[in-house]
Amino acid sequence: MDNQTVLTALREKFAGEILAVNEFRGDLSLTLTPQGYVAVARFLRDDPAFAYTFLENLCGVDYLGRTPRFEVVAHLTSMRHRHRVCLKVGCDEPEPTVPSLTPLFPTANYQEREAFDLLGIRFEGHPSLTRILLPDDWVGHPLRKDHPLGDEEVAFTFNQDRIYAHKPFVKE
Amino acid sequence: MTESITVPTPQQIIEPAVAGRTETMVLNMGPHHPSTHGVLRLVLELDGEVVVNVAPDVGYLHTGIEKTMESKTYQKAVVLTDRMDYLAPLSNNLCYALAVEKLLDVEIPERAQIARVLLVELQRIASHLVWLGTHALDLAAMSVFLYAFREREQILDIFELVSGARMMTSYFRIGGLAYDLPSDFIPTVEQFLAIMPSRIDEYEDLLTTNPLWLERTVGVGVIDAQSAIALGLTGANLRATGVAYDVRKAMPYSGYETYSFEIPVGKNGDIYDRYRVRIAEMRQSVKIIQQATERLRELGPGPVVTPNRKVAPPPKREITESMEALIHHFKLWTEGFKPPRGDAYVSIESPRGILGCYVVSDGSPKPWRVHFRAPSFINLQSLAHMAKGRMVADLVALIASLDPVLGEVDR
Repeated sequence: MDNQTVLTALREKFAGEILAVNEFRGDLSLTLTPQGYVAVARFLRDDPAFAYTFLENLCGVDYLGRTPRFEVVAHLTSMRHRHRVCLKVGCDEPEPTVPSLTPLFPTANYQEREAFDLLGIRFEGHPSLTRILLPDDWVGHPLRKDHPLGDEEVAFTFNQDRIYAHKPFVKE
Repeated sequence: MTESITVPTPQQIIEPAVAGRTETMVLNMGPHHPSTHGVLRLVLELDGEVVVNVAPDVGYLHTGIEKTMESKTYQKAVVLTDRMDYLAPLSNNLCYALAVEKLLDVEIPERAQIARVLLVELQRIASHLVWLGTHALDLAAMSVFLYAFREREQILDIFELVSGARMMTSYFRIGGLAYDLPSDFIPTVEQFLAIMPSRIDEYEDLLTTNPLWLERTVGVGVIDAQSAIALGLTGANLRATGVAYDVRKAMPYSGYETYSFEIPVGKNGDIYDRYRVRIAEMRQSVKIIQQATERLRELGPGPVVTPNRKVAPPPKREITESMEALIHHFKLWTEGFKPPRGDAYVSIESPRGILGCYVVSDGSPKPWRVHFRAPSFINLQSLAHMAKGRMVADLVALIASLDPVLGEVDR
């Protein structure tokens, strides 16, 4: 199996759904529409000629300043043909949403929950989209680029009054 | 087929119990429990002593490694990868280095390639020894633990010899190795190779036909190949179900295609098969290390970092003579290198399964996004599928056989 075979077959069936095709360092990646994302994944999984039955990796990326801002990246592997294809789908604020791959690949469950937890991307059709790594009452999504890093300001003589004013100290 | 597989969340088990369900009981196991191998919390739904459902609650060790890497230069971020899977730091180093090298498109000298393969295979043995020791300990076989750690100590001594650190090695850098192998490296490895095969026999003598061990492992925690692939189970756990998928063979990296070794596979996908596969993997690793030491000796001394001066600094001697070299050195140390815009995904066969690294570059000296496909994290999803209908005691054996490392689960 090589990139060209996969690309030709997908172009034939899903011409309208493929927004961009990229080959970088020998790896094929396709940017798809949300509908195309699930349809292509289903086709690649179920067609015996391809058999991409293994969803190897799924994660989100925050491209702050670009439209669409978020991108979900899924790497599908065919164990039979020893080949990997990367599917990408964009989603934008205020409610970044993409369709879930969990009904097709149960392994996407935790990975989509992780992307939801850390980036705030919602996956439509996910059976239990809750936070996974962070506590349930956490506010915000730390992997977003605009998430405050929360570092401690260092106190010097010129600014210590301002900093100490809102710091709890033990009173004698 | 895949529609019937569910991965429950803790809330889904707790909420009905709070609402007044009394047929089954909810029990909390961990996060401080000796057999959960770290801070893993399991929420169990029990009918007597039988597990009806189980949901892992992870995240207690989350340190935001992926986020922290975004504010380090590519080379500096290597140290953070050690801290994920702390039982196999070299595998993590390798995966990250390969991903960034793919972005940069640099060639690695042969000596560094061989050293990488050799050390990663030593790491696999060390990691499997911890798994073997703790797995046996969980099932009340104390002595295996002591024997396994005796050999692991020897491997850690080799790591100390090459990198100065026993565990947090950071020895593989982008472009090659941190520094050359010491002169007594090959004899030390050969000393280890001379004893290891007989030591593996020793462990097998203790366990492989031990009736108590068989009682606890044969036919327990069975998963079939199709469900395993659907749930993303990888590594020895997948091969125990009979699927001969190993990234070292399927999509070779670091020159694995030139070594002769076999992929051990199981048949039944139970705990015992996982045990047999991992033991056989240790023997295969010994075989690979033997080939690698021979190659290192034949090759003789040579460079261990890429000659590409935009990625790796020039040797010290050159800096005193060449203006160009001085500039390269200065640029690398003050700014770091800038990979071209793009993204790269690389996966390797870590001791725990398929470890993947996805790096996105925006053309700056710091990675825009780094994501790790952590095998321990994804393997945990299949716990409920395997544990349903078994006893709580079997669950203990099951966690140990999956071999999760919580540092990697939570990152």
